[in-house]
Amino acid sequence: MKKLRTDLEYLTNWIEEESHVLDLGCGDGTLLAHLRETRQVSGYGLEIDDGNISLAIRNRVNVIHADLNEGLADFGDHSFDYVVMTQAIQTIRRPDLLLMEMLRVGREGIVTFPNFGHWKARFSLFFNGMMPMSRALPSEWYNTQNIHLCTLHDFERLCTKKGIEIIQRAVVDVSHQTSSSMRLMPNLFGEIALYRLLRRR
Amino acid sequence: MPDILSPDSVGLVTPQTHQFTNPLSLECGRTLPSYELVYETYGSLNERRTNAILICHALSGDHHAAGYYTMHDKKPGWWETCIGPGKPIDTNRFFVVSLNNLGGCKGSTGPNSINPETGNPFGPDFPIVTVKDWVKSQARLGDVLGITQWAAVIGGSLGGMQALQWTIDYPKHLRHCIAIAAAPKLSAQNIAFNEVARQAILNDPEFHDGHYYQHKVVPRQGLMLARMLGHITYLSEDSMRKKFGRELQEGKINFGFDVEFQVESYLRYQGRSFVNRFDANTYLLMTKALDYFDPASQHGDDLTAALANVQAQFLVLSFTSDWRFPPSRSREIVKALLNNRKRVAYAQIKAQDGHDAFLMPIPHYLQIFQAYMQQIEIPGEKS
Repeated sequence: MKKLRTDLEYLTNWIEEESHVLDLGCGDGTLLAHLRETRQVSGYGLEIDDGNISLAIRNRVNVIHADLNEGLADFGDHSFDYVVMTQAIQTIRRPDLLLMEMLRVGREGIVTFPNFGHWKARFSLFFNGMMPMSRALPSEWYNTQNIHLCTLHDFERLCTKKGIEIIQRAVVDVSHQTSSSMRLMPNLFGEIALYRLLRRR
Repeated sequence: MPDILSPDSVGLVTPQTHQFTNPLSLECGRTLPSYELVYETYGSLNERRTNAILICHALSGDHHAAGYYTMHDKKPGWWETCIGPGKPIDTNRFFVVSLNNLGGCKGSTGPNSINPETGNPFGPDFPIVTVKDWVKSQARLGDVLGITQWAAVIGGSLGGMQALQWTIDYPKHLRHCIAIAAAPKLSAQNIAFNEVARQAILNDPEFHDGHYYQHKVVPRQGLMLARMLGHITYLSEDSMRKKFGRELQEGKINFGFDVEFQVESYLRYQGRSFVNRFDANTYLLMTKALDYFDPASQHGDDLTAALANVQAQFLVLSFTSDWRFPPSRSREIVKALLNNRKRVAYAQIKAQDGHDAFLMPIPHYLQIFQAYMQQIEIPGEKS
């Protein structure tokens, strides 16, 4: 099996065996296939791209064509143990609404995204006066799908405002897992942020 | 006419007929004491009989789904796009069975068959058959062929409805269900179109209450109109604009009611050629089977409950420009499966061809279809 993306590898540990998972923007289904094989997880992946749907089917993943901007109306309240969205929230038209949908449908939400507060992004904007591009953010400002980039602070502020409880946070970098500087100053040194979320009752 | 047969065609094929002598009781309450089903097969059945695929046809389809009868045939079977060596339904791996449904007019017992009790064609006396009845007769054909479990049951449109019915009526007898451009039941608009088609046939003076065979005539005008109307609903506005636009046959308007626009000529041609290959009573029956299809009705109108016991894995496909059975109708099936936590993959394919897209060589469609078929496991298959 090919090597998992860093954030996927990491969040696998947050998911209990034999749980039921909904993966928003599942791409080629790598995560769900991995969870199925390593943790006997069942579930569905939502994906909009025809090419990715073919690949996910090849990976024997239950993939459903869906536009995340239309919400999760096809799914009932708490019909999944986890609703996962890896590196897709920044492409969503209304991340705030989708987050609430995730926590309606899932018992727990797991979100990962590229941290716009990473020092390289700040450096680029501060010294070059240009929108940052990096390994985690490879596109130009005009053709990027990333229309709602945020920093760890931004994301956490949204969670507070929406009554979402953060039960775990991790930051990783694209090639290595994590480091002491990341743990100390995550918003500056974390390239990719990972969150486990609950809806406060 | 194929000069040489393409290597990805099943090639020359010959239909077979089986005579069933055990009576078939139908949903309408009547019984067919005996009947025949005509079918074709492509590829070969493996030793363990685990690689069989059943193809269910749509409204005007038949058992001739792939290949040619002779080297002089103008056209191959209706699903040549998808069935053949290396195609999505790969005859190198699978043994494919395609039949003409009961009530059809291509060799299986139907209104134009002789009623043994009277010595005349059944005509309007042929019982109304339903999707459920078809599935029952298909299961009997499976028994005859020694197939206890299909690797997959596959169909587009009305064929997809049969595949869906299979998963409800015989959950253990298929491993995969592939329902393309289908719906869990018809909408009022769908039924309305069918009713106009039926009225066109029923009101044709040559219809003779369905006994036109004895009068040595066919209700040509009615059947032609029915087909023309149907054909409009199978295409999309886009595909019609692309195909015909407002192009004129003679390059100018003639201020008359003869054929002027190319779309008129096309529809008339489609209607006329249909009359030569299809039976009006069968058309009436098939549209009724469509109208009546509603598996949820037996479960308190709850499709989720209707699909609670299915065991097959599903592939559901829809096409963006299909307004006869639009993606939202396929999603109803998907949602009911999700509610039951059943295994399902669903793709909504971008296509301009309307409902007919399921017959077209659309790259993304074939790619997704093939990806699904390739991951179907065949017990006993050497990898």
